[in-house]
Amino acid sequence: MSMIVSSIGQGLLWAVLGVALFLTFRILNFPDMTVEGTFPLGAATAVTAISHGLSPLIATFLAFLAGGFAGLITGLLYTKGKIPILLAGILVMTACLSINLRIMGGANISLLGKQTVFSNHFLESLPKYFDSVFIGFIIISIITILLVLFLQTELGQAFIATGDNPVMARSLGINTDNMTIMGLMVSNGLIGMGGAFIAQSNGYADVNMGIGIIVIALASIIIGEVVFGELTLNQRLIAVTLGSILYRFVLLTVLQLGFSTNDLNLLSALILAICLMLPKLSALLGLDHVIQKGGAGNGAK
Amino acid sequence: MAQNDPLLSLKNAVVYVNQNTSSQTAILNQLNLDIFEGDFITVVGPNGAGKSTLFNTIAGSKILGKGQLLHRGRSIAKESIIKRAQFLSRVFQDPKMGTAPRMTVAENLNLAAKRGTQRNLKLRKLKQKRSYFKEIAASMNNGLSNKLDVATESLSGGQRQALSFLMAIIKRPELLLLDEHTAALDPKTSAQLMIQTNKNITEQKLTCLMITHHLDDALKYGNRLLVLGKGQIVLDVRDEQKKSLTKENILELFDKIS
Repeated sequence: MSMIVSSIGQGLLWAVLGVALFLTFRILNFPDMTVEGTFPLGAATAVTAISHGLSPLIATFLAFLAGGFAGLITGLLYTKGKIPILLAGILVMTACLSINLRIMGGANISLLGKQTVFSNHFLESLPKYFDSVFIGFIIISIITILLVLFLQTELGQAFIATGDNPVMARSLGINTDNMTIMGLMVSNGLIGMGGAFIAQSNGYADVNMGIGIIVIALASIIIGEVVFGELTLNQRLIAVTLGSILYRFVLLTVLQLGFSTNDLNLLSALILAICLMLPKLSALLGLDHVIQKGGAGNGAK
Repeated sequence: MAQNDPLLSLKNAVVYVNQNTSSQTAILNQLNLDIFEGDFITVVGPNGAGKSTLFNTIAGSKILGKGQLLHRGRSIAKESIIKRAQFLSRVFQDPKMGTAPRMTVAENLNLAAKRGTQRNLKLRKLKQKRSYFKEIAASMNNGLSNKLDVATESLSGGQRQALSFLMAIIKRPELLLLDEHTAALDPKTSAQLMIQTNKNITEQKLTCLMITHHLDDALKYGNRLLVLGKGQIVLDVRDEQKKSLTKENILELFDKIS
């Protein structure tokens, strides 16, 4: 029972990353490596701010801004500097490693004895793990609702069109460079915020906590698509959260089998690789009708 | 008809390929063209004559090497594709180019209705616009109006091109560029789209430049015809002169060019 609750709590918190990456990976149609840097950047920013006495909410907001700024840099390198997106992301990610050490003044900071978004009487009165379920649910609900609304505005539609057919978008007067930069800023802002929440949930920030983040975020997207198949855009955003919970559950189950936490990144990579190959495997095994075309995607309602 | 000031003019326009390299060649070579409001111009010419380059230069995806490009007397040679979308729209030859594949027909029309304008955080309000979209989709007579909620990637090529055409005119363009927009379709679908195209252009009095390889279409439609060869205009006829032109005349001209 506690394992299920823990999976849901962790899954909801980590879903922020999946939903954020969805904006770039599925809507803009490219893999953004920046997230490996912005996740610990957000964590470092928030934890440092809290340890300097700022309120946890303001600290989390600062993490959003920091992540958004890193996204801005990646966006400028890609659109104005004409650096390929994969490389632009890697450059900013690498730079973040140094920035994070500068911000924290060391490799890690503990939040022991400090106020976090999790420290209030109501949350502490809940049974174990229920605090992350509660907070996680509120956060991911707000983010998902805001994104669903945004994607249905004229600006949101232009954003979707940019990823779908940039040549057409430009011929309709849509500034695709600006749309791409905006997407990278919001996405990385949310990733930074996710880092802030997870650092507060764990009670510390560490410079190495970004390693493998993109795989975890992708796993929630891909698992959601593989399990739920063809959906509208709004449903797909929700599927990411469910995918994130499922991923946590699989991970915890595997850990129960006797693997250590040191094996986590190997396990994450394996789970994602299997999910990505599922369409191919299922075709091989004649299960084609079971798994829908999750990989091909369906960018809009 | 007021034909004093041209809507768009190219003066001594030169466009290069491989600019600043040893293999630099001019694909538009001192080309002069005045497009007047209400002109429906068909453009023909052998391969490599510079037809597509002419369109790319007007739309902004090719840079003018020398000469001038004026929109109502104002130079727009340095303006981006995005900026020029405020007054011109374009239908590409490839049905895949003109629509967003994963967005629905209604969403695509909605995007195009805001061509060249600032997009903000107002809700798109698709429901309110639906009956209007359905009405204009129905005017294409090809079942498009029953597919408003279908992603355009699952439309037929003919429906996709019809949608691209609607998207190009849903917000009235000052200048419409049709780049062999029926070429990828089967003869029947192609003819049907051409009829709807002509109907819309003449009824709405749109100013249009249409590249085509169908000489019959080039002769049948429009009030003005251009023959391009080696980056220059070798024939420019309008009205009565155009009506007396025959397919043989044009083919003879093609032989002379190449």
